[in-house]
Amino acid sequence: MPVFDLSQTPLRELNSALHNLGSGANDTAFEVINPRGSHAVAVGIDSPVTVEVRGSVGYYCAGMNDGGTITVHGSAGPGVAENMMSGTVVIEGDASQYAGATGQGGLLVIKGNAASRCGISMKGIDIVVHGSIGHMSAFMGQSGHLVVLGDAGEALGDSLYEAKLFVRGTVKSLGADCVEKAMKPKHLEKLAELLERAGVTDVRPEEFKRYGSARKLYNFNIDNAEAY
Amino acid sequence: MQKPIEAKGQQMSYHNPTTPPRKSATFDDYTLAEIRRAAATGIYDIRGGGTKRKVPHFDDLLFLGASISRYPLEGYREKCDTSVVLGTRFAKKPIELKIPITIAGMSFGALSGNAKEALGRGATLAGTSTTTGDGGMTNEERGHSEKLVYQYLPSRYGMNPKDLRRADAIEVVVGQGAKPGGGGMLLGQKISDRVAQMRNLPKGIDQRSACRHPDWTGPDDLEIKILELREITDWEKPIYVKVGGARPYYDTALAVKAGADVVVLDGMQGGTAATQDVFIENVGMPTLACIRPAVQALQDLGMHRKVQLIVSGGIRSGADVAKALALGADVVSIGTAALVAIGDNDPHWEEEYQKLGSTAGAYDDWHEGKDPAGITTQDPELAKRLDPVLAGRRLANYLKVMTLEAQTIARACGKNKLHNLEPEDLCALTMEAAAMAQVPLAGTSWYPGKGGF
Repeated sequence: MPVFDLSQTPLRELNSALHNLGSGANDTAFEVINPRGSHAVAVGIDSPVTVEVRGSVGYYCAGMNDGGTITVHGSAGPGVAENMMSGTVVIEGDASQYAGATGQGGLLVIKGNAASRCGISMKGIDIVVHGSIGHMSAFMGQSGHLVVLGDAGEALGDSLYEAKLFVRGTVKSLGADCVEKAMKPKHLEKLAELLERAGVTDVRPEEFKRYGSARKLYNFNIDNAEAY
Repeated sequence: MQKPIEAKGQQMSYHNPTTPPRKSATFDDYTLAEIRRAAATGIYDIRGGGTKRKVPHFDDLLFLGASISRYPLEGYREKCDTSVVLGTRFAKKPIELKIPITIAGMSFGALSGNAKEALGRGATLAGTSTTTGDGGMTNEERGHSEKLVYQYLPSRYGMNPKDLRRADAIEVVVGQGAKPGGGGMLLGQKISDRVAQMRNLPKGIDQRSACRHPDWTGPDDLEIKILELREITDWEKPIYVKVGGARPYYDTALAVKAGADVVVLDGMQGGTAATQDVFIENVGMPTLACIRPAVQALQDLGMHRKVQLIVSGGIRSGADVAKALALGADVVSIGTAALVAIGDNDPHWEEEYQKLGSTAGAYDDWHEGKDPAGITTQDPELAKRLDPVLAGRRLANYLKVMTLEAQTIARACGKNKLHNLEPEDLCALTMEAAAMAQVPLAGTSWYPGKGGF
């Protein structure tokens, strides 16, 4: 099990090792100690490795992850798991702004709270936040699911495309073109699956409300100008 | 019949002789038509291309040539080097171009697949690079482009680490000259099945991309974003930062500070696939006005020629290339001119341009996807009109002619390398150009801003 102590070893060596596993390599469980808020920790992973990060990280941890399983035993700075393609990222603590931004696949689990713009421009990623999320979350979300066990801040789902949002607590306000929608059996089923994958056992899908796009801004109309 | 008006002592009349009708300079025909158009449609005008207004440009500069004080080089016989290396600052794999002219970012979506292929083929034949656009990388353009720059845009449509790794350079797009401060736009007519799939959008919607990046704001964040991109690609790829011509001194300095290998600076003549006309015509600075402040920033930081500067926006000829390089650019980039070379706005299609209410040379409704030349369209029937092999050859010819023209001028100025051209070799025809380019007004030793008037 390779261990990288970022107080001793440059970041470059960690990411380089993660990118250069020979095919058939079986020593794929990495541990990172003393991350001390480093940026770009474990970015660009393109194979099914596991990375346990012992401590908090700075910007863009697990950026563009494609198949890895990264767990941060601490909190994450802005843009954690940005543009994830596949795999799993778990943040045991809180996440800063833009968590899961533009993610195209995979699962991001945030066990604490997430700040503003969680899931901004999401394109297929599934995000489950055990706590609450900040303002402008899922802004321009294109596809994927955002599940929030706590509350959502202002302007949830502003200018939303086809991303599906589920919030268990209160929503401070909905953004332009975001509306509450009926929870159908297929949604409850999907939600149950996401909760299970995120390790949530004590919450029922029926406790959530569903939000999505009203699709009124899809084609320009001058009389909607005040909505922008 | 008007009744005569009595005046003291003599008769006056309002029965005037006919005078020529006089139109207002303020409310000219174009302005009036725009008011009527807005009133009738309830939407601002959207179009492609760059600014159409007249702005000070390279035409307002001339080369001095050699004489007694410096001697010229023989055309065709004495060497005049045109190559340039981009990404020498940090990238493990800088890219070398045979000519200092590249193809600017234009998306598959805005352009047809055949048009993108033609650009790739032409650039490759001429020994230079081409660039993706807002919509991701297609296999076709990767395949046909020996050197491909992958744009990293606010929308992140189709962004993925595999394409980052198979790119030859990465261009972080902060803005573009046609619309500094604006996001991309692709209207429903052009969101075909494939475009929709690549961008993960519902088919047929009006796509308006974000104007800011979703996960960073400001130079300090940009520095960390560049670090992340370098780490993902193992520090191999040159990283460009592209800005629209707004505050070139500070934007260049901040891009350098954030760790860019290359700064791409696009003036307001630079084109767009589709943007509000009001934006194209009223936001941003002319290319000519952008170069010297950007070069100054690089010089102040001791980074001129270490961080390369690519200038774009209204480059049309080898003379423009030579002038941009003389002012301190390392490379120029062309978009509109490349499209024209492969057949955009060609008089061959005049009849069809007329049917669209336009004329060859003025057609700019690229967002409608009805381009008779088959370039700015997703209509498969129209797209078929463009033969990518032939069009690629035309582009290669054009690039080579521009290079030869630039060499011709450089040799006349006594330079054995295009990059040895310098402001010293230039004079200006107008006060405006003298001020913007900081080269003397022809026949004087003075330009506005310089003391001793």
